[in-house]
Amino acid sequence: MATATRQVAKPSTHQIGKPLKRKEDPRLIQGLAHYVDDIVLPGMQYAAILRSPYAHAKIRSIDVSKAQAAPGVSLVITGADVRGSLGIVPCAAQIPDMKSAPRPALAQDRVRFVGEGVALVVATGRYAARDAVDLIEVDYEPLTPVVDPEKAMEKGSPVLYDEHKDNVAYRWELEGGDVKAAFKKADKVVKQRLVNQRLIPAAMEPRGVVAEYKPGERLLTVWSSTQIPHLLRTQIAAMLDVPEFSVRVITPEVGGGFGSKLNVYAEEGLIGYLAMRLGTPVKWIESRRENFQTTIHGRDQIDDVEVAFKKDGTILGLRVHVIADLGAYYQLLTPLIPTLTGLMASGCYKIPAIRVEIVGVLTNKMSTDAYRGAGRPEATYLVERTLDLVAAELKKDPADVRRKNFPKLSEFPYATPTGVIYDSANYPRSLDLALKLADYKKLRQEQAKARKEGRVMGIGLSTYVEICAMGPSSAMPAGGWESATVRIEPSGMVNIMTGSSPHGQGQETSFAQIGAEILGLEPDDVNVIHGDTSIVPYGIGTFGSRATAVGGTAVYKSLMKLREKLATFAGFLLEENPSKLVFENMKIYSKSQPKKSIGFGEVVAAAYTAKKLPPNMEPGLDATTFFEPTNFTFPFGAHICVVEIDKDTGDVHLTKYVAVDDCGNVLNPLLVDGQVHGGIVQSFGQAMMEEAVYDEQGQLITGELTDYAIPRAADMPWMETDRTVTPSPVNPMGVKGVGEAGTIGATPALANAVVDALSPFGVRHVDMPFKRERIWKLMQKGSRRAK
Amino acid sequence: MSAQIQVQVNGKSHDSEVEPRLLLVHYLRDVLGLTGTHVGCETSICGACTVLLDGKAVKSCTLLAVQASGSEITTIEGLSALGTSNGNGLHPVQEGFWEKHGLQCGYCTPGMILTSVELLQRNPNPTQTDIRHAISGNLCRCTGYQHIVQAVEYAAKKMKSKKR
Repeated sequence: MATATRQVAKPSTHQIGKPLKRKEDPRLIQGLAHYVDDIVLPGMQYAAILRSPYAHAKIRSIDVSKAQAAPGVSLVITGADVRGSLGIVPCAAQIPDMKSAPRPALAQDRVRFVGEGVALVVATGRYAARDAVDLIEVDYEPLTPVVDPEKAMEKGSPVLYDEHKDNVAYRWELEGGDVKAAFKKADKVVKQRLVNQRLIPAAMEPRGVVAEYKPGERLLTVWSSTQIPHLLRTQIAAMLDVPEFSVRVITPEVGGGFGSKLNVYAEEGLIGYLAMRLGTPVKWIESRRENFQTTIHGRDQIDDVEVAFKKDGTILGLRVHVIADLGAYYQLLTPLIPTLTGLMASGCYKIPAIRVEIVGVLTNKMSTDAYRGAGRPEATYLVERTLDLVAAELKKDPADVRRKNFPKLSEFPYATPTGVIYDSANYPRSLDLALKLADYKKLRQEQAKARKEGRVMGIGLSTYVEICAMGPSSAMPAGGWESATVRIEPSGMVNIMTGSSPHGQGQETSFAQIGAEILGLEPDDVNVIHGDTSIVPYGIGTFGSRATAVGGTAVYKSLMKLREKLATFAGFLLEENPSKLVFENMKIYSKSQPKKSIGFGEVVAAAYTAKKLPPNMEPGLDATTFFEPTNFTFPFGAHICVVEIDKDTGDVHLTKYVAVDDCGNVLNPLLVDGQVHGGIVQSFGQAMMEEAVYDEQGQLITGELTDYAIPRAADMPWMETDRTVTPSPVNPMGVKGVGEAGTIGATPALANAVVDALSPFGVRHVDMPFKRERIWKLMQKGSRRAK
Repeated sequence: MSAQIQVQVNGKSHDSEVEPRLLLVHYLRDVLGLTGTHVGCETSICGACTVLLDGKAVKSCTLLAVQASGSEITTIEGLSALGTSNGNGLHPVQEGFWEKHGLQCGYCTPGMILTSVELLQRNPNPTQTDIRHAISGNLCRCTGYQHIVQAVEYAAKKMKSKKR
């Protein structure tokens, strides 16, 4: 095995690293792919949900009689129907002394956020179901809503749950190093409050569920737009109290997730329940308004930061106090997400002493949970803003202050005071490359000139590290491994069945590249199957930038097992030492005597016909691996951008963006660039325009895409991307993961650029999003002060 | 109550009786089974439902099927017939999206492609700025748009070389 690994490390047919165009694309560009709403089953009915218009209310009564009598309606249910027959929405996160906040599948006598499901109609058509929803009459007794998380913590605030004495869900602390001593010996201390606003993930495809029950087979099949088919199957079985083998989850094409589909939702249980109760297939497709109101939100932290440092810019200690708005109920990972901010509070710096306190608060809003980056963008944002605050205070260049605080290369693997171990890095290298690509010195000269001319120009830097490849099972609520079965079929075609659940990331291509490289085939000879719990081995799913580093490693290891078996067969047939064999161009041959050669297909056939087996060898070619990573991986990079602000309007224009990312070895550079681009633009959204706004009554006033802006093509300049490569020692391919890098690295670079631009107006910090009104007001205030 | 409509979709004529309130996108998807056209927002912001109506890119989620009566419609399923001489294979814009990795989850892609087709009919030599403005009525949450811009540039070049 060891020999084989060395051979693959220097493969003969290089598929890994090629910018191969995607195998999944032909169906997607021709309209031949199937998302949930594209599934039509005979006799299928449609569900529509009546949702609470109140953020906080008691339900006195519900009258469904008119809806029940409406044309086409077969069933109307309310909370009373599912009480006792459908379990609560599961939460996998556990924090010591955490208060409970269980979400029923339909509201039970009380609603706690606008959009909470109150009743559900099933009818023969989409429009009939939606029409009947309007005929349901609900008598609510409004209660005072709790919207502001700080007010929610005050004594005398209304409380969401009668069984709790207040709205504080939990308090969580983490301390490493001597924080008190660090602040005592510091030359300077700077404090800042940073608001990381609530965001709406807004995957282009809203959620959707189709369920069909076959009583003869006792099998409920659920098609859902999810990132976690297996965990969903386990949880649906638990919610319905049926054996797990009676539930099959199929993930068809998924139109984007960004963490918002890393969850188990009420509707996934409800639609399964209805299919069983009615005996017909049932479909529910989320409207965009429902998507905004009832699919998880992200971020929403108030971070109070205090940093202790020396005159030369050396950082000695950091205190962070986080108020995390959890919303009304726990979804799958709601309470856990803010703690990731704590783990990553060191950034890519050697900060000897760190203390993080997190208060999780319940409010009458939709739950927050994992949104692309999930806790780490918040950490990077607060650390990178802090580094700029230090630089501003000392009147030093932000690049110099960063460089001053990077751990030395000899210190890797580097253990942070927050208890994580950074696997490998070269922070100065990525920073240097980014500075060079951006022509940083020249940019500063241009800025000086612009300021003389009265223009408002800013340059922003961010050097980030993120925690990826989630992760060691000890740190993951439901296990952090990933599975893969590889089966070489008798014809020589290869099927890879992965527990990862890609939904746009392109693993049908990159995993095929791994297979082709290891077995000496073409990527078209390798097929990747995912997202069907009856076909692929139990898996964890796609999130936390884990599909390549954890899922891909399971694929790699299964392939290596089969390669070893094939080598044994080929060695037996060729009378050659198996460790001396090369796999290339669909042949297996001796390295020293290339004429000793046999077709790949012949060896596969020999393994299946099994007429002449090597000693102690089973027929067949099928291998499964459950890969358990020993650590997370820690991709890193440096982003630099330039903004120009219109003095008259406050409009912020991004004029330049340079990103240098290091995600370890790269399987397919096209896919990596795509992930980085997309992440940066999502960051741009947070920085410039996105904000989920609830009014004081708890109404989501950014409830449609008409009111919640996400970036458009014309908002962005050309992004220049480059890479450094620092392989990870955590897995054999040396890969790290790149799915969230953009959303982690870019937000602080953009914020730092805007603050830098506004610094002549006396601005030290401004909270996102940088909408023109906010920026214009700051400039007005600054100009008045200068006069 | 129902209304009679007649439409030409991807070169095929359809006579249908529909509810007057039926959205065009639901007609295409649920009545004709052309599910390549997607619904993303129901407010004509996102563009996932874009189709060509008499050659113009329109958002089929805010048009009624009855409004389309008498029109010719091209959906993503019918695009190859528009872009290739034999009606098989890929339209140059589809090819560009594949070559340049102009899609990830693929949900916005049919609408994005049809909007780009209309742009190139109007303006065969678009600058990057032209492309970015033309597709600004189509939202993509995955790609960051850069590869889409490159995909449209690729298609423009390809279509020009074909004409010569």
